[in-house]
Amino acid sequence: MTPLLLGVRHHGPGSARAVRAALEAAPPDAVLIEGPPEADALLALAADDRMRPPVALLAHAVDDPGRAAFWPLADFSPEWVAIRWALGRGVPVRFIDLPAAFSLAAGAVVPAGAVAPAEDGAAGADPVRVDPLAVLAGAAGYDDPERWWEDVVEHRGPGGGSDPLAPFAALGEAMAALRGRYGHGGHERDLVREAHMRLQLRSARKEFSDRLAVVCGAWHMPAFSEKTTVAADRALLKGLPKVRTEMTWVPWTHRRLARQSGYGAGIDSPGWYGHLFQAPDRPIERWMTKVAGLLRDEDRIVSSAHVIEAVRLAETLAALRGRPHAGLTETTDAIRAVMCDGSDVPLDLIRDRLVVGDVLGEVPDDAPAVPLQRDLSRAQRTLRLKPEARERELELDLRKETDASRSRLLHRLRLLSIGWGEPTAGRGSTGTFRESWRLRWEPELHVRVAEAGVWGTTVLSAAVAKAENDAVTAADLAGITSLAERCLLAELTDALPVVMRALADRAALDADVGHLARALPALARSLRYGDVRSTDTSALAEVATGLAERICVGLPPACAGLDAEGAGRMRRDLDAVHTAMGLLPAERRPGERWSAVLRGLAVRDAVPGLLRGRAARLLLDDGRLDEDEAARLMSLALSTGTPPAEAAAWIEGFIGGASGGGMLLVHDERLLALVDGWLTRVSPEAFTDVLPLLRRTFSAYEPGVRRTLGELIRRGPATASGGQRRSEAAIPGFAPDLHLRRADAVLPVLRLLLGVPGPGPDPGSGTGLVPGTGPGLGTAPGPEAKGSAAEGRVEQGPGMPETPGIEDDDLAGVGR
Amino acid sequence: MTVSESSASTGAEVLRPHAEDAFAEELKALAAADDRPRPTGWRLSPWAVATYLLGGALPDGTVITPKYVGPRRIVEVAVTTLATDRALLLLGVPGTAKTWVSEHLAAAVSGDSTLLVQGTAGTPEEAIRYGWDYARLLAHGPSRDALVPGPVMRAMADGMTARVEELTRIPADVQDTLITILSEKTLPIPELGQEVQAVRGFNLIATANDRDRGVNDLSSALRRRFNTVVLPLPATPDDEVDIVSRRVDQIGRSLDLPAAPEGLEEIRRVVTVFRELRDGVSADGRTKLKTPSGTLSTAEAISVVTGGLALAAHFGDGVLRSADVAAGILGAVVRDPAADRVVWQEYLETVVRERAGWQDFYRACREVSV
Repeated sequence: MTPLLLGVRHHGPGSARAVRAALEAAPPDAVLIEGPPEADALLALAADDRMRPPVALLAHAVDDPGRAAFWPLADFSPEWVAIRWALGRGVPVRFIDLPAAFSLAAGAVVPAGAVAPAEDGAAGADPVRVDPLAVLAGAAGYDDPERWWEDVVEHRGPGGGSDPLAPFAALGEAMAALRGRYGHGGHERDLVREAHMRLQLRSARKEFSDRLAVVCGAWHMPAFSEKTTVAADRALLKGLPKVRTEMTWVPWTHRRLARQSGYGAGIDSPGWYGHLFQAPDRPIERWMTKVAGLLRDEDRIVSSAHVIEAVRLAETLAALRGRPHAGLTETTDAIRAVMCDGSDVPLDLIRDRLVVGDVLGEVPDDAPAVPLQRDLSRAQRTLRLKPEARERELELDLRKETDASRSRLLHRLRLLSIGWGEPTAGRGSTGTFRESWRLRWEPELHVRVAEAGVWGTTVLSAAVAKAENDAVTAADLAGITSLAERCLLAELTDALPVVMRALADRAALDADVGHLARALPALARSLRYGDVRSTDTSALAEVATGLAERICVGLPPACAGLDAEGAGRMRRDLDAVHTAMGLLPAERRPGERWSAVLRGLAVRDAVPGLLRGRAARLLLDDGRLDEDEAARLMSLALSTGTPPAEAAAWIEGFIGGASGGGMLLVHDERLLALVDGWLTRVSPEAFTDVLPLLRRTFSAYEPGVRRTLGELIRRGPATASGGQRRSEAAIPGFAPDLHLRRADAVLPVLRLLLGVPGPGPDPGSGTGLVPGTGPGLGTAPGPEAKGSAAEGRVEQGPGMPETPGIEDDDLAGVGR
Repeated sequence: MTVSESSASTGAEVLRPHAEDAFAEELKALAAADDRPRPTGWRLSPWAVATYLLGGALPDGTVITPKYVGPRRIVEVAVTTLATDRALLLLGVPGTAKTWVSEHLAAAVSGDSTLLVQGTAGTPEEAIRYGWDYARLLAHGPSRDALVPGPVMRAMADGMTARVEELTRIPADVQDTLITILSEKTLPIPELGQEVQAVRGFNLIATANDRDRGVNDLSSALRRRFNTVVLPLPATPDDEVDIVSRRVDQIGRSLDLPAAPEGLEEIRRVVTVFRELRDGVSADGRTKLKTPSGTLSTAEAISVVTGGLALAAHFGDGVLRSADVAAGILGAVVRDPAADRVVWQEYLETVVRERAGWQDFYRACREVSV
């Protein structure tokens, strides 16, 4: 007796339903399923309550976790239905496909995550291969094989046919005809797999009985009725290369079942299929209701009348197109026309949330360890980094190869949310080639590793996949830039193109200059890191330049009409951007444009004073604004017409914040005089208003600077009245006239240095007494000199260098 | 996505024959070959209507010219909507063949595309419902004889397809007259205590512009009586360049502008700029862009080029150059002085400046932008 052959399409809900009906109608003694026999031991876990599809069987080579293959199973997968049915009845289940040990050895090129072995070739990427469904669909007059299969097989309603076994018989005949015409159709490896399946079937017959059910891809159905000898099948399998493999269950997601995520599991619309499988009846009506619910949650007005009309339109469209039932295409067209006002925007949401769906599978904890854990353990051994529960510090010198690898590993783990190491502020050196980490291995990190297993089988591939995913789903621009930075630190060169792409897109669409401004510094830093670690950062530099250009364009309008708080935020951004502009590579730096932007900011009235002052200051510091111009801007900002609060804000912007602000005033008396003059003009009421602002500005200065400023102000009248006397003042920071007493004091030293002999009164100098000897200088200050010290300091001129050994007081003392 | 120009001009006297006259032969052949079920009141089956619009060959060898070149899905949804007795709303920016599609749909479904209400800001209720023959009204009092039915009323009575052009230009209160017609399928005549009930086959096609400023948005009550189909802009740059240069040529001739021999390059440039800003992505697909608030439709590209031609003819050397179109483009793109200016400058700096062969254009744009 031939076994019950249940040919299916992997992940086909109609197939799944048909398989269940067939198994119910003719219960077999054992169920054989196309899949790797190594997984037999894991089958019991499928009955576990904690196991929730979508899940995948993962096989990987023990020595090379990067070589792996997945067999994903959703709850609408016929294989999964068969497994659950059998486990529920206590019927034995066996996997009968070629062992993963062979397929992994043969498919040395199978990349991690590709679902090569489980594919039935329905969507053959290889053009030489015959697509059996395409041939059948073409014969039926369809241009799209998937659609044909859906119309003919998947969309049969529950209990559509009277005989649950009839469809499989018909399908078997069709496939037999195809195989008779095309042979293996380019799927050469299938012959080996089918030989193995036949051998397994024979041994199962011996073990159980003749009442067997085989669930396999429809393409393989004819293989089981082929007349071959055991010896011939054995011969095919002889001498195949083999690798040591391990298997486990891993959680899977609908997104990864979907074709668009790059995993060739073969379906576009897992959410839709899941719906078709789960809906007890009236699938279109239920689907439309689901869509309406989603749209309502997003605050779109969708009434029951919309649902009714959408269902009608979908069904009439199906009739116009000659399909037995409305499929996903018809429902989507109907939803667009009726519920979405013809717009594609809400449709994208529906596609994302419902058609693909967010379902995440779960796997019981007692499933065997994932290969990622193995790869991690191996890396830990190689790098001599033992996971310890005790916290410890780790200093890394990135110039050493081992330390650099350690740093990369830790950064990659951090990207995967495996928080084994936390970077800390380094002790001692803060150079870019040093990193400090605090390591601590918590037991729950094992769970984290298991969770991260969905991303890949090695730390590197998983981190790349995770980074790419994070880049696409990141909420804001700053999130992506920091991700880019972390990618560079972790040396995930493969992830960079995706991250950069996401970054450029996000930057282009982001209308908030603040976001751009906050993103640029991280990028500029990353560029510097790129230098240290010799990674290729040209893509990064391009994005950073683009960002800088956009900031140049967008900043001026964004600075207008801000309140005090907004101006404060913008000022921080402005500073950060200015610093970052300086870090960009010289040939890409928009230097001229940026200073033009700053110049524009400094003179525009609509810009708050704080920012105008800041822009002027940044220009001045860069030497792009000469001091006369700065003084003009300041006097403009502080003139009588300006409201006092605005002027105080300008002052804060110009000289506040950074510690260098005060020195500017100390050195440039003109500016100081302007501030001073303005302050004395402020009316008493306004003074109370601006006082907190001014206090904030000046209290940030270093004590020395503050004191000097105070002294200068105390000398104020001289400054104010000295207008005409100082007209020839040459060097700012120095009094225009000679301080005669001090000048005298210098003379003896000068003489000594120049070797001019003959001390004595010098009539030309006109400065009175000159001490005869030098050697005594600075060694024996007289007591009276000490007494005058305080006074002497008050008199000290601004910026007068305090030369060690020649104390002002001493000279004064000697002079007496 | 364009419009077939080959109106087989059967009526030689008329400047522009109606669709049902111009393509009478095709409609006849389709009706003869059509063996599929027809909804009550339809001249053709939905399948045949779709074929009429999309083109094809009939078993008897008649070739049906495509009336609408664009996604098949759109025509299918439109025809199906009419078959489910829901009203159809064709949305799209100007120049996307909305009117053209609606005329041909009405011609194919009802054999008559003339039951038309042209929507304007001044369209009164009477245009949609009915008016009165005042001489008769004064002489004999209100009666059905004194009543002058509007196009929609005639369509209801005869089971035909009515058309409303530019629905969103009509004031909101007048728009809402359609609600009863579309939901109850009746048109009450309170003066006579009567009503007109629509017979099977009646339906309504409205067109509206979805990006025009200052339109009267549809109330949600009215909106949900319609299935909406958005007609897209030309799919490829070549199509659009073709449409623009053809139209510019026609307009230019009617304005007696001298022919601009080397203008194609600039036309292509205008179309590229418009498409890039409209789609929010550069032509090479590598840079995303912000989109300005203006429509940037094909029709506007045409007017920019025409304006540029006039500049070149009257003030320049007769050849269309970058400087001639730069100001026009700026005017079309920057509708909102604050937001759009940023969009435009970003576009200039990130896309135009780097592009090979666009230096003249970049300079010309910078000149007018600052």
